[in-house]
Amino acid sequence: MIYEGKQKIWSDYQKEIPDDHYFYVRSCIRQSFFPASEAAFLHITRNILNKDIFETEHHTTCGGIAYHSDAIPQETAMTIIARQFALMKKYGYENYVCSCITSFGLYCETMETWREFPDLKEKIAENLWKSCKLEFAVPKFLVHASDMIYKYRNQIAAHAKFKLVDHKTGKPLKVVEHIGCHYSKMFPSKGVGGAEYPYVLAGMIEAWGGEVVDYPERRHCCGFGFRQYFVKSNRGYSLSNTYKKFESMEPYEPDLIITNCPGCPYFMDRWQYVIAESEGKTYGKNGHGIPVMTYEEVAGLVLGFDPWDLGLQTHQIGPEPLLDKMGIPYNPEEKYKGKNGKDLGQPRQLDCIR
Amino acid sequence: MIDFGFKLSPSSRIDLDKVDRTLLKRIADMEPDFKKCMACGSCSATCSAGAYKATSMRRAILALQNGLTNKALEELESCMLCGKCTLVCPRGINTRHLILSIQKICGEK
Repeated sequence: MIYEGKQKIWSDYQKEIPDDHYFYVRSCIRQSFFPASEAAFLHITRNILNKDIFETEHHTTCGGIAYHSDAIPQETAMTIIARQFALMKKYGYENYVCSCITSFGLYCETMETWREFPDLKEKIAENLWKSCKLEFAVPKFLVHASDMIYKYRNQIAAHAKFKLVDHKTGKPLKVVEHIGCHYSKMFPSKGVGGAEYPYVLAGMIEAWGGEVVDYPERRHCCGFGFRQYFVKSNRGYSLSNTYKKFESMEPYEPDLIITNCPGCPYFMDRWQYVIAESEGKTYGKNGHGIPVMTYEEVAGLVLGFDPWDLGLQTHQIGPEPLLDKMGIPYNPEEKYKGKNGKDLGQPRQLDCIR
Repeated sequence: MIDFGFKLSPSSRIDLDKVDRTLLKRIADMEPDFKKCMACGSCSATCSAGAYKATSMRRAILALQNGLTNKALEELESCMLCGKCTLVCPRGINTRHLILSIQKICGEK
């Protein structure tokens, strides 16, 4: 293939990510699943990359969980979203960055619906004014927080204290990247690399010294899928999706899994325990699982943050084998200490998985 | 063991590395033209029985390749041996004879 032609095709798969000045909205569930990820994102972008990232306590959920569970209709979700966008305008921003992949997908869906159906857009603007007295606005640029970390991955690499490399052998760590379905499968043009070649996490892994694992079920869903999980009797379906992925990646012996979605890291982390308990199988070495982390946590580790400040003690799968491999120092006695040394209490030690 | 109230669902995935190919090899030995099939579906499109019952030569061949012998036999169960599929096959496979061989080797009819 002609190199220039290849470059041209690849350029069609890129999205525009503004340099600076963002209105940031948090995720509902990430704050409890991965309590330090969003704080790490804000610390990295504001204090290390010196970007203007604004957030307000007045923003709410995007309504995604209720919408995808059929608890609220689309127009209600759209009005909630219109309020978020209106807050962005009120505080003088045009670029919108969200922490959650479900939100990102729903924002894309909403903006696309407004573009297709201008009458509906007007109706939502009217609903917004009636309910909140806020002026309707649409972001000039909508990005996901992982897009920003991807854009500045090389700057982060320049500040790196550790790399995704085995510090004893010098070999790159084998890293599985898992993209949330709502990032680029619904609206491919909104994600870096589209639905066919999502590069947002692979780019980070390569920039930080790791080796991306390409395995057969790489693009398979983690299995969260809202309805599959919320109804207990359907959870076997969710579990089976994760199981399929782990069975597929097992021969490649990955050291780490990075994700950019709230549900994926949670389920790929917790289901490893359920698989170990019910099937007696673990996918790491010596009874360990494979650590599953958010991209902010991995960026934090690369930048030399304390693993316990990143909240890695809240994961089901212990990060210690990975930290040892990367040569990151940590104090085991500090693992379950909270802010100001407060004792958080220790979870029960499991026999089936570590 | 803890009862979570849910468990792994059986997978419908076909692992071609684990498929038993013994019957497939016997069929191919008896009917070498079997390997010429390109799954165009002309045979299924013209099938008289297929208009009324789930009968498809294309699906039967795919099932055999995936090691699903019973499914292949089900697909051919309603065949009336009219031979229209043989007339339309662009690869010139004697599909009528092939159907008889599949049924013979797979132990049905």
